[in-house]
Amino acid sequence: MDRPIRVLVAKPGLDGHDRGAKVIARSLRDAGMEVIYTGLRQTPDQIVAAAIQEDVDVVAMSILSGAHNHLFPKVVNLLREEGVDDMLIIGGGVIPEDDIPYLIESGIEAVFTPGTPTKDVIEFITNNLRR
Amino acid sequence: MFDNNKLEEIKTSVESWEKEVVEKSISRFPERKQNFTTGSNGEVNRLYTPLDIEDLDYNEELGLPGEYPFTRGVQSTMYRGRLWTMRQYAGFASAEESNQRYKYLLDQGQTGLSVAFDLPTQIGYDSDDGLSEGEVGKVGVAIDSLKDMEILFDGIPLDKVSTSMTINAPASVLLSMYIAVAEKQGVSKEKLRGTIQNDILKEYIARGTYIFPPEQSMRLITNIFEYCSKEVPQWNTISISGYHIREAGSTASQEVAFTLADGIAYVEAAIEAGLDVDDFAPRLSFFFNAHNDLLEEVAKYRAARRLWAKIMKERFNAKDPKSMQLKFHTQTAGSTLTAQQPDNNIIRVTVQTLAAVLGGTQSLHTNSRDEALALPTEDSVRIALKTQQIVAHESGVTETIDPLAGSYYVESLTNRIEEEAMNYIKSIDELGGAPKAIEKGYIQKEIQNAAYRYQMEVESLERIVVGVNKFQIQETDKKELLKVDKTVEINQREKLKVLREERNNEEVERTLKLLKEKAGTDENLMPFILEAVKAYATLGEICNVLREVFGEYQQTVIL
Repeated sequence: MDRPIRVLVAKPGLDGHDRGAKVIARSLRDAGMEVIYTGLRQTPDQIVAAAIQEDVDVVAMSILSGAHNHLFPKVVNLLREEGVDDMLIIGGGVIPEDDIPYLIESGIEAVFTPGTPTKDVIEFITNNLRR
Repeated sequence: MFDNNKLEEIKTSVESWEKEVVEKSISRFPERKQNFTTGSNGEVNRLYTPLDIEDLDYNEELGLPGEYPFTRGVQSTMYRGRLWTMRQYAGFASAEESNQRYKYLLDQGQTGLSVAFDLPTQIGYDSDDGLSEGEVGKVGVAIDSLKDMEILFDGIPLDKVSTSMTINAPASVLLSMYIAVAEKQGVSKEKLRGTIQNDILKEYIARGTYIFPPEQSMRLITNIFEYCSKEVPQWNTISISGYHIREAGSTASQEVAFTLADGIAYVEAAIEAGLDVDDFAPRLSFFFNAHNDLLEEVAKYRAARRLWAKIMKERFNAKDPKSMQLKFHTQTAGSTLTAQQPDNNIIRVTVQTLAAVLGGTQSLHTNSRDEALALPTEDSVRIALKTQQIVAHESGVTETIDPLAGSYYVESLTNRIEEEAMNYIKSIDELGGAPKAIEKGYIQKEIQNAAYRYQMEVESLERIVVGVNKFQIQETDKKELLKVDKTVEINQREKLKVLREERNNEEVERTLKLLKEKAGTDENLMPFILEAVKAYATLGEICNVLREVFGEYQQTVIL
């Protein structure tokens, strides 16, 4: 692959905690990826539109408010409806262990919880690209 | 403070100690690392002596408790008179469930309430708004109208408790609801005690629950200052918050600097609106974080008190000593809690509690061990509250005032944090003040850089986090976590539907129309918001009217 990996870092929902999203965004950039950060309070529709328009390889979402079970799968479904099935979709935040199987089943390919080293995220992305 | 001859003697002996004793010792047993640093990455020397604070003027820089510059505390007897208010931030799901939790906490010996609202409430959306989907009742209680607020405080006499509400952009609406509930209980406004956070600048910087653009937000805030100085005189009208700035990754000095810079902006706005500084400044309060570096945190609170006193006296010519007192609430640091080995968090919270108390806090929230995983269970909240009680009654640190004063290290750190914060405030002044510095992304960028540096230090093992990057264990036991039921959202919508059918909709329309009209003038909006609230207009309806007139804030995205 010639071009750098393009990643959309997104904050779905009303949650304002973006320390993690920004640290991840910066570490991905430092690892040579092209990173677009959406800013706060994005609806699933806005995230999907941005992902398509920016033609990204990865959508990385962060939620710390507890709304992940509702919002993460919604983004996956909307992308599928748009016929997109080759983007790697991952999520992170304060996410209870018990919720992870459901999210994985919904099409989120990895869920990163507090304490994850950024290099684990970088490694996962590099090894699991779908295009 | 020190005799010059003595200082010379100390200097000589320290020099010879370094050369003859320390060097020899290091050559045999090297120190654990090259550089020793504080939690905020400040350099730490091997030893502090009177030489490090030789210029400290006791009367000018420390003074006595309850006296300018309040370095040693804002009250003359501190915890010998009264302990801090133990105030656990709580609220989840419905008003009914939160009401139960408050009653439980009051039964457990808690002395003040602290209300957590869900995100739709904090951003001024009703529970049936499309944008609220999935968020109702999640991080706090859902409040749509006065009806919910009546349930929230049912059976809790509002003249007997003090209530802190973490509400910012729609603070005027929630305060109005509180006033209306009190009225229904037969409690007059003058008797109400509590705090609204009402600090929009740090929402733009770090917390994210903004609604309106800065100018209109500042207007609402000064409206509240003015209204409360006359009608609700015991109410703390703002809690200028460094907590979230620190959570977002700032250093201790940045926490002080950016918080006080925000404070300066509020004082300036109120003076510009025609208020007298001594009329509102005594009701300003602050809110700080407590991290793990115990001594740095203690120094931080002391530095913040001294610097704010100087700012109020010298920059704003305040005359009332109360205007110069930095009173503050503290919360232990959520960002230091680990999802790994969550019971270890109890110990972290204990250290942080000690920091807040040794730093002279007026009230304290202690986090629960499971908050890196979910909202806390009742068990976890109880341990967190007990941590405060043990520090208060068993540790002995409450028996004398400001016990770490005079420590060469703590005084030297206090000086350094004050100086670093002053330098930041100077830079912010040069940019045109906090609102301008936020617009330019300066403050956000400084915080992000510190946050990123911290993360890299953890990943390179320069900084050890027990259970995360060292001393890990295989975790097997399942943790009991609090789950917010999905039915909360459904019930809340149902309640709204009934409310909209049963209330007097003509009265709602009339009060909303009047509010909209007044929003376009420069009249104080508080009385009109209160009227709409009493007519059972919903939070979303009131905020939407204001959105139409004020517009909405567009975030500056900085990476």
